[in-house]
Amino acid sequence: MALDKFQKITSAAIPLPIENVDTDQIIPARFLKAVERKGFGDNLFRDWRYIKGKEPNPDFILNNEKHSGEILVAGKNFGSGSSREHAAWSLYDYGFRVVISSFFADIFKGNALNNGLLPITVSADELAEIFALIDADADTTFSVDLEAQELALDATGKVIPFEINAYKKECLLNGYDDIDYLINMKSEIEAFEANR
Amino acid sequence: MKQPSTLFDKVWDAHVVKQITDGPNVLYIDRHLIHEVTSPVAFLGLDKRGQKVARPELTTATADHNVPTKDQHLSIKDELSRNQVDTLEKNCEKHDIPHYGLNHQWQGVVHVMGPELGLTRPGMTIVCGDSHTSTHGAFGAVAFGIGTSEVEMVLATQCIMQPKPKKMLIQVDGDLKEGVTAKDIALYIISRITTSGGTGHFIEYSGSAIRSLSMEGRMTLCNMSIESGARGGLIAPDETTFEYIQGREFAPKGLDWEKELAYWKTLRTDEEAVFDTEHHFDAADIEPMITYGTNPGMSVKISEPIPSSIDVEESERASFEKSLQYMDFNGGEVMQGKQIDYVFVGSCTNGRIEDLRAFSQFIKGHRKADHVTAWIVPGSRQVEKQAKEEGIAEILEDAGFVMRQPGCSACLAMNDDKIPAGKYAISTSNRNFEGRQGPGARTMLVSPLMAAACAIKGEITDPRELMEELQEA
Ligand code: SF4
Repeated sequence: MALDKFQKITSAAIPLPIENVDTDQIIPARFLKAVERKGFGDNLFRDWRYIKGKEPNPDFILNNEKHSGEILVAGKNFGSGSSREHAAWSLYDYGFRVVISSFFADIFKGNALNNGLLPITVSADELAEIFALIDADADTTFSVDLEAQELALDATGKVIPFEINAYKKECLLNGYDDIDYLINMKSEIEAFEANR
Repeated sequence: MKQPSTLFDKVWDAHVVKQITDGPNVLYIDRHLIHEVTSPVAFLGLDKRGQKVARPELTTATADHNVPTKDQHLSIKDELSRNQVDTLEKNCEKHDIPHYGLNHQWQGVVHVMGPELGLTRPGMTIVCGDSHTSTHGAFGAVAFGIGTSEVEMVLATQCIMQPKPKKMLIQVDGDLKEGVTAKDIALYIISRITTSGGTGHFIEYSGSAIRSLSMEGRMTLCNMSIESGARGGLIAPDETTFEYIQGREFAPKGLDWEKELAYWKTLRTDEEAVFDTEHHFDAADIEPMITYGTNPGMSVKISEPIPSSIDVEESERASFEKSLQYMDFNGGEVMQGKQIDYVFVGSCTNGRIEDLRAFSQFIKGHRKADHVTAWIVPGSRQVEKQAKEEGIAEILEDAGFVMRQPGCSACLAMNDDKIPAGKYAISTSNRNFEGRQGPGARTMLVSPLMAAACAIKGEITDPRELMEELQEA
């Protein structure tokens, strides 16, 4: 089932300079009761976003009108904890297409890539630089070119190359998914089973 | 001659169906465990693609995350929870998957159920849409948590796509001190290597302190591997492992057993094998541990104070302070003597029979502190049954505790077992994230022994103090 193809993006970014943001914060367990993949964006960062579950928390960045965009910039070790893919779904559903951090937890990274959400790992210094740019100007934009594997800080013209596995890159660019790939491998898998 | 390899290499490499150039490995999966929360969207995807479950006989389902721990014989009150549990049942029926749902004699937290039925065995690859799948590594299996897209992959093809992780050795040698359990080893390790220290790696635990652990203890330790960011953790199988498996419901029997056993005995790391990263610890340095912050890496020895802001690296200070603020603790304070409100004993970390035994032995002859609300939740139906047969339920009752029915319960608070905002909970589970046990709940992770000591005193207590009292009495 095709995912949306990953397009070039130029967008402002939303800063979340907190470390170890775990998937329980991204989407708390009590919102995992759905049996369909719908509407998870509403509960993204639910307990940080709302006070007492209802009123928008004015101190939380998603409620700050100054900031918007398709890019989330987060502190080190983003997405740790539970394997819930709902975390990637809720970020995507909310409108994010890219998350930038200096470090991602493994399972989250895999889940993100499987859902058309691009995790970009930058160095700690580069991350600090990005936070500083947003701090100075909330509208400052960043451009993500997956084909070229480049993140550009448009304000300064600096270009940061990033790593991505070649296979995963192809999948994102073309909207392929792993499940189709594996289904097409069925005879090879059966041969493997027969030879064990 | 063959290259020397690690236990992890041996198991992983034996399951690689294909290596994609510049891409992940296609890995064959021997055992797929599923539960109600992370499977429904995968089944929907399967239907949309018109696929069937490739190997239903290698798949096992149970309902755990969402189930009530009281009145399980009645229909689940929460409509959404009920729908999820019912959806799992329907999906399993449709695809011929063995399903041990609510009220089944084998129902339980998925990582308690698998090992106890003999579904978990050395040398296997095991996955589940749940990060604590690392638990099964205790048997010398390569076991790790996956996302829902990957659940769909395994359902459709019995395979998964994964880059091969790096290898980490964590060796703990020496004798464990009195009052120190596998849980303390786990918290100690994470406090040293941090919650991201294991990222990108698969851990092998070794050393005399690890060898000395029971299977339950090994499961507790491997369970927490994910809390260091590692994909999983495993321990080479030995007599302790074989003895645990033999005779269990789905364990191999007769000639099959002999054949498997011979293979299992080959499952160890070669002398010359190299790890990408190594950590060595001295068992004598480990004390009963307790977390003070909002991730499992933020723990201290019970005799040590909470670190101060100045002890923390500058880049991490803001997160550290946010964490203490949430807990309403101050840097430099000691944990001992702080009042607690709730005690939760259970989960896939410490909800096994040995944990309930340790807890009940400790509280025998004492009373629960009046102001403490305690939830003692067995990890499975079988644990519950055994606890009743062994008289543990009675000891609990005599001391003012009640045993509930099995499920994940307050470990993630998806059901009604939620710790109220601002309350302090002593918990034998594995995560102390903000809101994990209910919005605003303040969690402190400990071993079952420390949980017992705290429940009796009503405040944070070093279990060794009470042990001394017991010995003197
Ligand atoms: S007991 Fe807790 S950690 Fe274990 S599977 Fe259930 S929710 Fe996850």
